[in-house]
Amino acid sequence: MDDLLNEFLTETNDSLSVLDVELVKLEQNPNDPDLLGNIFRLMHTIKGTCGFLRLPRLETVAHAGENVLVKVRDGHLEVTSEVVSLILACLDQIRAILSALELSGGEPPGDDAALIGRLDELSEGCAEPALRGQAVSHPVSGITVPEASVDSTLPAADGAAPSKEPAFASQSVRVQVDLLDRLMTLVSELVLTRNQCLQVSRGQTESELHAPLQRLDRVVSELQEGVMKTRMQPISNAWVKVPRLVRDLAQDLGKKIELVMAGANTELDRQVLELITDPLTHMVRNSVDHGLELPEERRAAGKPETGTILLNAFHEGGQILIEVADDGRGLSIEKIKREAVEKGLATPADLAALTDKQVMQYIFAPGFSTADVTTSVSGRGVGMDVVKTNIEKLGGVIELSSSEAEGTKIVMKIPLTLSIIPALVVACGGERFALPQFSVLELVRLPANPEQVIEQIDGRTMLRLRDRPVALADLREMLGTGRAGEEVPALEGASGRMVIVCQVGAGRLGIMVDQVFDTEEIVVKPVASILSDIKLFSGNTILGDGSVAMILDPNGISVSAGHVVTSGRRTDVEADGKVGVGGEALSILVFRAGGSRLKAVPLSLVERLEEIDLGKVERAQGQLLARYRGQPMPLLRIGATGDLATEGYQPVVVFANGGRCLGLVVDEIVDIVEGHMAIELAGSRAGCLGSTTIAGQSTDIIDVGYYLSQAYGQWLGVERRAGEGGETVGRVLLVEDSPFFRNFLSPMLTTAGYEVTAVEDAAQALELCAAGKNYDVIVSDIESGQTDGFKFAETVKQSTRWRETPLVGLSSHAGSADMAQGRSVGFDDYVARADQEALLRAIKANLTQVRGAA
Amino acid sequence: MTAGMASTAVQSHAVVSFWLAGRQFGLPLRDVREVLSARPVTPVPLAPSDIVGSFSLRGRIVTVVDMRRRLNMPPRASGTEGVTVVVEWQQDVFGLAVDAAGDVLALDPGDRECNPPAVDPRIQDCAGAFYRHAGQSLVLLDIDRLLNQSHLSVVA
Repeated sequence: MDDLLNEFLTETNDSLSVLDVELVKLEQNPNDPDLLGNIFRLMHTIKGTCGFLRLPRLETVAHAGENVLVKVRDGHLEVTSEVVSLILACLDQIRAILSALELSGGEPPGDDAALIGRLDELSEGCAEPALRGQAVSHPVSGITVPEASVDSTLPAADGAAPSKEPAFASQSVRVQVDLLDRLMTLVSELVLTRNQCLQVSRGQTESELHAPLQRLDRVVSELQEGVMKTRMQPISNAWVKVPRLVRDLAQDLGKKIELVMAGANTELDRQVLELITDPLTHMVRNSVDHGLELPEERRAAGKPETGTILLNAFHEGGQILIEVADDGRGLSIEKIKREAVEKGLATPADLAALTDKQVMQYIFAPGFSTADVTTSVSGRGVGMDVVKTNIEKLGGVIELSSSEAEGTKIVMKIPLTLSIIPALVVACGGERFALPQFSVLELVRLPANPEQVIEQIDGRTMLRLRDRPVALADLREMLGTGRAGEEVPALEGASGRMVIVCQVGAGRLGIMVDQVFDTEEIVVKPVASILSDIKLFSGNTILGDGSVAMILDPNGISVSAGHVVTSGRRTDVEADGKVGVGGEALSILVFRAGGSRLKAVPLSLVERLEEIDLGKVERAQGQLLARYRGQPMPLLRIGATGDLATEGYQPVVVFANGGRCLGLVVDEIVDIVEGHMAIELAGSRAGCLGSTTIAGQSTDIIDVGYYLSQAYGQWLGVERRAGEGGETVGRVLLVEDSPFFRNFLSPMLTTAGYEVTAVEDAAQALELCAAGKNYDVIVSDIESGQTDGFKFAETVKQSTRWRETPLVGLSSHAGSADMAQGRSVGFDDYVARADQEALLRAIKANLTQVRGAA
Repeated sequence: MTAGMASTAVQSHAVVSFWLAGRQFGLPLRDVREVLSARPVTPVPLAPSDIVGSFSLRGRIVTVVDMRRRLNMPPRASGTEGVTVVVEWQQDVFGLAVDAAGDVLALDPGDRECNPPAVDPRIQDCAGAFYRHAGQSLVLLDIDRLLNQSHLSVVA
């Protein structure tokens, strides 16, 4: 096929995608002249090019469509959904002819008379100018794309070039994708070669090569970043089809739907984008079909007739988060249970022991469908399992939350790129393997007598980690690299080996290896198809020394090991939590920083322990910055004097809070201690919550919230002002008897933008109630000292003005029995006390609910 | 190989020859990318037993097939080096581990043996044609049949 035709095909297909989106927008805002102008221009270009290329069939169809648009533009025809449907049908016809053209190189024979007839009827049947409103109108409902309109977010390289402004067109070039891919491969090679060079030079103390290598290092990093950027595309590219899809489905099903798309400019790797497009479409389809109710049902349920589907994408901690949410009827736990039993996936007894969240996981089982009627849209039971597999293949995680009142929300966490990723290099059975770091939660060295921490539960080997069992897979055994043939008891030779605890789906898996070397940026290469059946590997790579290493796939390992991992990551605080501070057993990270006095911080707050290269620390306006997962992270030092050294490595404790990271530079990590500790509160020393005695030494407990707000204070201020005119996000009343947790939670909530009032017990809280104070959310400890938290909830919900205020329970053991009791007395939500993320989520969800209802 | 030879080779049937356990084999020149001395490989656990492992060749990962094992021949005496014939097949790069490389031969259609000698069924499976060239027999292998996954033996 000649180049001209090729170019025409690409361009026209792009224009058609844009037209789909724009037409649906036009349907919502019929009086927007810019929108109409753009649509008209695109259609006109298609028609013109068809004529130029002598494609008469296409030209006639496009011409008939354009005629209708002319009438609309000139005000002779009103934009109705019939008009839009007909023009969309016209586009579909063009698309069909195009795809035949692409295959055969020529226009296929066919008769478009019927379609053209209908179009002509429309364009000729309206001599009377229809009444039209003012040129500018505000969208009442419809497609809202807050950041930018879809067409301008399309990469310049593949937009509809002729319709763009000439100045814009001259600044961008169209590049073949395979050229970009080749560049990427070359840069990957360069990265590897640089790694090799650096490895060699590290062995030499005095080398003339040091300086040029450092420069090379920097240039290669920048080059890599640049080339990666060329592969980045805004996520709106994956969304182009969604507005049309939602519109068509809504019409077919008789539903009213508003589609809100946020974060359309969020960029991700082309390859990732391709892989998520289908799962995303599938989820939207699900939301339209069984998530949202019919207008009558919604009215009956006291909701607005128009349902909302939200697509939202944003960056967080080196990952992309994509949310698909609807405000429909939510997942029916009862239906899922029934279906699970019918499909033989579980017995009623199994299900009774599961929390709602665990029950919901069944929708990811193959062949699962809760739709009452199989429609042409969905409900055939193919889908969510495929969606989940696809996302996990990308190294992503999929999370689901749903309630009958709020609808369903699915969050996908996906790595930014698949090509170059940080990985842990490990050894097992004499070979080296790479394990992608995004799935690694922590590393554990097995003690000299591993039977202390490893136990058999239900015939499975489990590692007891901070009193929680983690399924264990012995990689040596799985790879068959150990002693072949023999039944090796799981504990044999386990002492001193390393366990890598990984996130697998919603649960954790410990992978036992011999040794852990280092982290390295690796270039992921697919394995030869001949080896693709081996589920343990997701690819292979070339290490710094030029040798090949296989990349381990934790999901595959988990499947091969036959583990069903169901327990959650942080939310699975078990019912047997010991009693310590305010009923809490704490794991505490002990370190030294700025002086010999020990300092400590609760381990649950720590995101990671890192070592940073001081040579790479940037200094800007007195602020120290290091790169962490590709993003700048402020570094803080506690009580330190003098400047930070400029060479060597230094341990850093990384904290993360809602996508913001903070690195605390410490001198030395001392230990992780677990247990009960009496905490004495500090007076007013900023940044210090209190002190305790660990192993006979007095230790300061650091207030992470204080440092986080210090590091981000300025930025937070700006954000708040931009938010709701100087107001806080909401008022929170915190009832918590443990001074430690009170002091720990209030700054955390304040940092998140809430106005916090903290009281010790229910009596004080009720006094505030009597005093006429109002709060948006009440967060209460459940086993609150003097008054039982349940009793407090009952009182509040039954006999005070606050009965409408959402009540979130805090507990050290968020067991399902407690939850049931909590719900029955009036708690709206229930979270584990140490799980700050869950708490923030719960507060936010309850706030939205209240505001939505108001 | 001189330019003259190359051009005749293209006209007739250009074949890269190599040796396995004293027997001569060949692959069409167009299938062969290069011939290397054997390199250290990284074993791939759980792979079919014919797969020795993989190594990196200028940034591409080469999967090495032990040709003796593949063709059901006795293993090579330890300590002997061998060479690797690099081929590209269905977008993957493979290294065929053989005993020694021979010349690039120009096979004439007239050299083809009508009555092929009795060979191991595994060799028969992978063979495209049998030739007699300069007084020696040569088994011309068919790369599709040689590397087809279903033919590779899987670890028991």
